[in-house]
Amino acid sequence: MKRYFSDLFVGGKSLVDGLVVTLKALCQPIVTVQYPREEIDITPNFRGHIDLVLDPEKNTFRCISCGMCERSCPSECIRVKGKKVEGKKKKTLALFTLDFTKCSLCGTCVEICPTQALEFSNEYNLAAFSKEAFHYDILKRLEERII
Amino acid sequence: MTGSRLTYCYYRFGGVYQDIDDKFVEATRAFIKRLRKRYDIYEKLVTKNIIFIKRAENIGIISPDMAIRYGITGPNLRGSGIAYDIRKNEPYSVYPEFDFEVPVGERGDCLDRYMVRVSEMEQSLRIIEQALDTLPDGPVRSKVPKKIKLAPGDCNFAVEAARGELSYYLVGDGTSVPYRLKIRVPSYSNLSCLPELGQGILLPDLVSIMGSLDLVIPEIDR
Amino acid sequence: MVFAVIIIISFIFLNAVMMGYLERKIAGHVQRRLGPMEVGFHGILQLVVDGVKLVGKELLVPVNVDRTLFRLGPILSFTPVILPLLVIPFSEKLQARDLNLGLLFIVSMTSINVMAILVAGWGSNNKYSMFGAMRAVAQSIAYEIPILLSMLAVILMANTFSLKEIVEAQQKIWFILLQPLAFIIYIISGVAETNRAPFDLPEAESELTAGFHTEYSGMGFSLFFLGEYTNMFTVASVATVLFLGGWHGPPLPYGEYLGIVWFFLKVYFLLFFMIMIRWTYPRVRFDQLLNFAWKYLVPFSLANILITAVVIKL
Repeated sequence: MKRYFSDLFVGGKSLVDGLVVTLKALCQPIVTVQYPREEIDITPNFRGHIDLVLDPEKNTFRCISCGMCERSCPSECIRVKGKKVEGKKKKTLALFTLDFTKCSLCGTCVEICPTQALEFSNEYNLAAFSKEAFHYDILKRLEERII
Repeated sequence: MTGSRLTYCYYRFGGVYQDIDDKFVEATRAFIKRLRKRYDIYEKLVTKNIIFIKRAENIGIISPDMAIRYGITGPNLRGSGIAYDIRKNEPYSVYPEFDFEVPVGERGDCLDRYMVRVSEMEQSLRIIEQALDTLPDGPVRSKVPKKIKLAPGDCNFAVEAARGELSYYLVGDGTSVPYRLKIRVPSYSNLSCLPELGQGILLPDLVSIMGSLDLVIPEIDR
Repeated sequence: MVFAVIIIISFIFLNAVMMGYLERKIAGHVQRRLGPMEVGFHGILQLVVDGVKLVGKELLVPVNVDRTLFRLGPILSFTPVILPLLVIPFSEKLQARDLNLGLLFIVSMTSINVMAILVAGWGSNNKYSMFGAMRAVAQSIAYEIPILLSMLAVILMANTFSLKEIVEAQQKIWFILLQPLAFIIYIISGVAETNRAPFDLPEAESELTAGFHTEYSGMGFSLFFLGEYTNMFTVASVATVLFLGGWHGPPLPYGEYLGIVWFFLKVYFLLFFMIMIRWTYPRVRFDQLLNFAWKYLVPFSLANILITAVVIKL
């Protein structure tokens, strides 16, 4: 009998307490961001698709087209081609494509490159209507950034 | 810090991919302070709520004997009264230097499992604080040869994952490709007690029990 | 009279739109996010767009269904909820029809809802719908008793069944101050009667089945939905009339007509409270729900009537 009433009072009080918490939460500020209309800053550590590094002194790429990244990629999504140019001893980079539909962002290519020519970009809102839009031409992207 | 969701492609043989910076440490400390302030809200809104208590008390009682038979680990085991935590019983990595407690339940019903998890929140925050206070300098990855040759024989290593004991069993035969690798996930054993537990219960109780066992189905279905 | 009916029906749709919007906004702010924001200024037109979407959906009639009953379900659920609004006194001169037995009429109309649920559940030819329907019926029937008993306490004090006279009897003091227990019991039972959380086991995403309106799509579903919001409005307005003094309030110019402003303020305050309850508590298990009605609400309301009768006699 005593349990009947104690249940009732303790239970009722807990319900009222819960309602007070919700009422307080109703008056507190919003913690979400309306995403497409406002954006938040992304950490520089974010790993988007890879890009060639623009060496500030030479004002061009550091890639020596050795092909290590192509060989070590577990998903086989990088294609590198070098070509011989007269007047230079080594090959220069002619083609660098990335098939992003297969890339798993593991970072092996970035780590294994002997000249540190690759880095992760910061692109996070990628959306397109066809698969071909994700076959990136990384060399062209670098040439667009050369001042 | 890791560059993507959770720890995507962050672990490497011999350590991790990159170091953390000061901003991360500051953000973590701010988070710890924020979370500690919210314990009160959680208690008032959920733990003391009579509707919640009525739906979780004396539901789905796992006796200690049944828990050991089915190989249940993690908070489910500790809710039944057995104080077995791999971080204390078979310590690994840096855990012996940390000072924390292992909360244990009494009856083994849904409410006890829930209370174990809530108490573990505070203990985890203590561990994080101690770790941040004693962060050493130095490299985050040790040198590992490019081609690892496995010695012949087998080896088993277990860690305390969020849901129980996660262990890897590796059998090598002298080459660089393992002969057998088995990953034992906690959710599989946690799920296996459901047929015996679910004899003659009401349907809404089944929902409560499945929620309190904290199963991750993709883990089971690998 | 016809004019009043037309106004009331258009009011029901307006009310459903406003309450739907309010519910989503309040749910959002309680969870510390904004509710709908895209359509219109801060999402005001969201419910309009939802209505257009629901009307445009294909009216699926499953194969093995009892055709008459299936089509009849939503209609039967929607029609009786309009009728109670005809007898509620919105203001001193604004009442469609003042019946002598107004309160009894309202209670009987809400009981027809039980039959509508059964028809919908049976006609769906789906065992889960039938389970949901039977549970909803048991819940509705169980909670009618506390409603009636708490109303009886007010009737004993006001000495009449007519709603207009009950409001006029609260000139000096509102009945909530004299009968707080009856008010609490009435609100709890009203929330349970309209199948709102935390008593919404028959309806919302219930544990394995979607309840008695699983098989309905488009217009049928929206009729149930309208019926539920109107039912909530009816419960809140009856509570206002019985306990909170109807249209009494600080005097306004054109007081006889503008009493409706105070009436709506009180009703929407109660509705706000009902919406907050939904987003605070977990769902009650079905046998605990019935336990609560029989073991707690009924004895207390009976005791309440006894005390009221004794006090009035003295």
